[in-house]
Amino acid sequence: MRGWRFIPLLVLLAFVAAVTWRLSHPPDTRIQSKMSGKPVPGFVLTAALPGKPGLASTDLASGQPRLVNIFASWCVPCIAEAPLLVDLRKEGVAIDGIAIRDRQEDVAAFLARYGDPFARLGDDRDSRVQMAFGASGVPESFVVDGRGVIRFHHYGPITSTDLPVIRRALEEVK
Amino acid sequence: MSAGTKNSVLPERSRGTKPSAAEAVFSTLLERVSRLRSTRTGWVLAFVLLVTSPAFADSPLPPSHWANRQLPDPRQEARAQALMQELRCLVCQGQSIADSDADLAGDMRALVRERIAAGDSPAAIRAWLIERYGDWVTFRPPVQPLTWPLWAAPILLLAAGAWIVRGRLKR
Repeated sequence: MRGWRFIPLLVLLAFVAAVTWRLSHPPDTRIQSKMSGKPVPGFVLTAALPGKPGLASTDLASGQPRLVNIFASWCVPCIAEAPLLVDLRKEGVAIDGIAIRDRQEDVAAFLARYGDPFARLGDDRDSRVQMAFGASGVPESFVVDGRGVIRFHHYGPITSTDLPVIRRALEEVK
Repeated sequence: MSAGTKNSVLPERSRGTKPSAAEAVFSTLLERVSRLRSTRTGWVLAFVLLVTSPAFADSPLPPSHWANRQLPDPRQEARAQALMQELRCLVCQGQSIADSDADLAGDMRALVRERIAAGDSPAAIRAWLIERYGDWVTFRPPVQPLTWPLWAAPILLLAAGAWIVRGRLKR
């Protein structure tokens, strides 16, 4: 049984291989919502701004695809994303917003400065609806089809390279 | 590093107050970067420090009512605490929501306490979160085919150990 003495070496090699693999392929820290494919969770949010209607789950089953954007005025990546949302709005995409833990005056200032693509804007001051959607931060976006079913989740800010994916997801649920 | 050093980039502190450890570390870092600023490395380092701030920002709103407040009923609070220890913070990822200071962790603690106070079972709250975020959100993995090795490994290792010890004793 001379071969047994190599077992510790083999264990060490396996360990080094596992560590090397994990270092070269770090785990994905993005959190994908498990709500894709499920109906929008029931919720009613009051208006985040006086001049704009609030948002309820029933508003999302509107017969046409909608983009739900979870954002906050205090979130820096949301600033980078804002002009792209305005572009999508100009292309005719219906976009609703959910403002997380935010103040009215801050939301108003944010939209005045970076553009306002939102048809409706709900005020989620205790992150409850954010959690109900399975979103873990700001910004995140969801494509909801005309029957109110979540069909696509985008984690993090939408960048110009993400636009084709978002457009395709919207197109597919038409 | 004292506050009044010649090349300090931080404004001079009022006399008598001692800088905290975190402040001292930060000012040292800033000084190092400012000294490097003439070089390209300095610029790169300054940029990296700027973009890698751990949280991009925090909400200006105060924490939720039940984020950092115990439930009046001690038995309910104990059940809420036990559950909060086993739920993963979605922002800090390695921490439980009981340990994390993130805004979302505070809102998750408030959710747990409110639902416990309303009579929900910890299992129902855990299931609600798993439905949204996956098994990953709980630190107690459910027993299912994928996690069997996880639960079986300690038993197998113990058995292997016992087998080796038995071989030694026989000799």
